Amino acid sequence: MKNPLDSLWGTVIAGLVLTAVLVFFARNFLG
Amino acid sequence: MENLDLVAALSRWIHFMAGVMWIGLLYYFNFVQVAALKNASADGTAAGISKHVAPRALLFFRWSAVVTWLAGAALLGPLFVDAFLLRNGMGPMGIGAWLGTIMLINVWVLIWPNQKKVLGMTPASEAEKSKARRSAFLASRTNVMLSIPMLFFMAAGWSHRALFGL
Repeated sequence: MKNPLDSLWGTVIAGLVLTAVLVFFARNFLG
Repeated sequence: MENLDLVAALSRWIHFMAGVMWIGLLYYFNFVQVAALKNASADGTAAGISKHVAPRALLFFRWSAVVTWLAGAALLGPLFVDAFLLRNGMGPMGIGAWLGTIMLINVWVLIWPNQKKVLGMTPASEAEKSKARRSAFLASRTNVMLSIPMLFFMAAGWSHRALFGL
């Protein structure tokens, strides 16, 4: 599998996905 | 109280200015220089970038990262511990602070030492240079990826509360 960080689009999409995951974490697990 | 306000105001200002320089140069490296160097290598003009542009950009890059972190820490002030422990309503800001801290460590532990080898500032064989180039590239790309949620959480405020429930 190709490393998504090898392309700029892959990097930006990975960043957006990570943002969504962290928003989910913050909403559900942080007081 | 007034002194604390002054420290917070100056810290915020410095944090923004240094942060713009840091992330601006990070985006310059990733969105501009990597592709430009590839083309420049093909027509034999890469030395202009790697000899004259990259070292200067890296100088401002790594030190603006330090200034950004220090000004951010000063801005957090008494809330520093709450932010890093993600408690007392400082969770979203704390996530941003953790991401920024990981990025700072990436700059000084991975990007800069490897770039020194790539640019010939420290002695390295061709094999070592090639390995260092890949490590620096991936660490830099990781920082671009981390900058996206980092900036989202750093901008946490009433609009984030209203729109995203944070």
